Amino acid sequence: MAEMTEHDPTNDERFQVAAQGVPGAMPVGTIVPDAGDVVSSGGLTPDGRKAEGGISGNSVRIGDRIFKGLAAGSGGILLVVMAAIAIFLIWKAIPAFTDNSGNIFTTQSWNPQATPPFFGMAAVFFGTVMSSFIALVIGVPIAIGIALFISNYAKRRAATTLGAIVDLLAAVPSLVFGMWGLYFLIPNTQGFQQWLSVYFGWIPIFNNQTATTASQFGKSLLIAGIVLAIMIIPIVSAVCREVFLQVPRETIDAAWALGATKWEMIRTAVLPFGRAGIISAAMLGLGRALGETIAVALVLNSGFVINWHITEPGGDTFASTIALKFGESGGNPVAIAALIAAGLFLFVITLVVNSIARVVIARRKDFTA
Amino acid sequence: MSTASSALSTAPGGTAPPRVTSDLVGARLPKWAVYGSAVIGWAVAVGLKFLLDWTGWYTTFFTGALLFVITLTAWSFSVEGRRRAKDRFASTLIYTSFVCAIVPLVLILSYIAVKGLPLFSPDFFLRSMNGVTSREEGGGIYAALIGTLIIVGIATVIALPIGIFTAIYLVEYGRGKFARTVTFFVDVMTGVPSIVAGLFVYTFLLLGFGMRPFGAAGAIALAILMVPVSVRASEEMLKLVPRDLREASYALGVPKWRTILKVVLPTAMSGLITASLLAVARVAGETAPLILLVGYTARINFNPFSGDMATLPMMVWDQLGKRSGTTSNDFTEARAWGAALTLVLLVLILNVGARLLAKLFQPKAR
Repeated sequence: MAEMTEHDPTNDERFQVAAQGVPGAMPVGTIVPDAGDVVSSGGLTPDGRKAEGGISGNSVRIGDRIFKGLAAGSGGILLVVMAAIAIFLIWKAIPAFTDNSGNIFTTQSWNPQATPPFFGMAAVFFGTVMSSFIALVIGVPIAIGIALFISNYAKRRAATTLGAIVDLLAAVPSLVFGMWGLYFLIPNTQGFQQWLSVYFGWIPIFNNQTATTASQFGKSLLIAGIVLAIMIIPIVSAVCREVFLQVPRETIDAAWALGATKWEMIRTAVLPFGRAGIISAAMLGLGRALGETIAVALVLNSGFVINWHITEPGGDTFASTIALKFGESGGNPVAIAALIAAGLFLFVITLVVNSIARVVIARRKDFTA
Repeated sequence: MSTASSALSTAPGGTAPPRVTSDLVGARLPKWAVYGSAVIGWAVAVGLKFLLDWTGWYTTFFTGALLFVITLTAWSFSVEGRRRAKDRFASTLIYTSFVCAIVPLVLILSYIAVKGLPLFSPDFFLRSMNGVTSREEGGGIYAALIGTLIIVGIATVIALPIGIFTAIYLVEYGRGKFARTVTFFVDVMTGVPSIVAGLFVYTFLLLGFGMRPFGAAGAIALAILMVPVSVRASEEMLKLVPRDLREASYALGVPKWRTILKVVLPTAMSGLITASLLAVARVAGETAPLILLVGYTARINFNPFSGDMATLPMMVWDQLGKRSGTTSNDFTEARAWGAALTLVLLVLILNVGARLLAKLFQPKAR
């Protein structure tokens, strides 16, 4: 089969195989050693103690101790900052819980400056989850496709360049995505939104009950979801790519040997191996989408009601609410506390999502994401 | 289309390398089948456009794409059978998804270039927005550009040492529970939304100490976002340093900390610079924390420790009318595009520069 040539190991790989002391076999799983490998063989004896200048005596140990202290201290700073974020957000959000006349979980409207203050996270939570969900539905399949293209379809040399181009998408500031969404995507997708509403309106979420002409379509959760999808594609595809490149060569070759077509090979060898990686990549993308601020703030119309019709204008997310309502708060302590509470909710949600993603990744130590 | 299958045994296309025609290999579509289907698909779509009087070209384009996929799959199904047809279908989708990633990138970059380039003039870079009202042309990004550089510079000075030292800890020393905890939280911290980092510094510095917004506060928030990126990237670079180098150094009796300083870091230096540039690029375009922490002023203020500062993202935010809740007009939007284009160029230069550096000074042994 002509495709076989793509799987010829390069010289580089042969070298690595030799380095791993497995004559003739292809490396299974990691090529890049994980932290444990490097450290345990980084000039240390197997018990991991002796090489720290045991010969040179005390003066050396002091230098080492200081340096190690600095290094570990930097790591410690990270932990302190994470803890401080949680503590300060909780502390400063207290007024939002005590002075609120609405239920913070079930109230939809957002009037923290009214007397008495009346607000809740229900609509904001809905908007955040809905826009991120749309982003995942659109973005993850495309990202998987890109990852498969780069790992299995593109030529090895081209793959690196193509990967870098996709990564470039990640470098574009979110502000620019938002402006592009607002000034280019929205005017150019009005017809598409109307088409969805007219022909697929029988599916309730696509139905827009208020708009009659194309120009009445515009800022909507659907557009926010599309912009978010474009923004999460780079990270999702980068993680998927890492996993797909680590599929054991034997599995792939076995599929080829059984006469599989390329798609059958991918379906039977690559995708099952990469399942955990795909899940965690999607979770990472979800974390990104949940916390995205400026792009969403630009393409959404604030409404503070739960609206299942995703082509209708209106919708808020935690992050966009903070960005947009901060200027209006005018230093009102309850209004500020309400925004901090929104930030706290967002922090907890992203923390949970990211932790799950990382745990899934850590479970299979086949790759370093 | 049935002609294609009968023509198969006699090497269609003429120029194609001799095809295996034994009974062991099933019938295959000719090489040009993909292009043929594409032409058919889009030709029919264009025909439909004029026949049914569709308004936009987008519809035509997507209909064409759909028809192309259907044509190719159906053709393949009739000639090559179900398995090959599935394969063709999946391949087409995979190629399409890659195009889906490239198209927005090209669209975004070209759109912003078209919108922003007309603004570029020496004046645009050498003037501030002071005294320029929303109803007139003029003004520039001088204050905002320098402000962004100052704030990102301070963030870099704070974040890089912490990031690189943490990476050194994880690679050279890290073992046991503490190292695992740090690794985990570095990963989790990567996912902290920028607005949350901004809110944290806001509660901590501005509410806690009753301060007014100032540049360095924004820099601290950016540093919080930058550290995990820097740790992750630096870690990868330090891992690339061959262990033989370390062992050779230890064998000469050099203590570990001097080995790290004199052997490991110099070897990984180009990689570390690349990693750092990427981390800087990552935060340079951040807007959300600046809304809370730095504010915006039309005047020139280069003192990061007192008073609002202008930054590129905040200037865009302001010119779009989002900061004060006003509406934007052609003049302000034009300025917003100009500032946004400058920001994109800044970030792209950092990115491309970082990758070029990485290419140039790639560690030879890997």
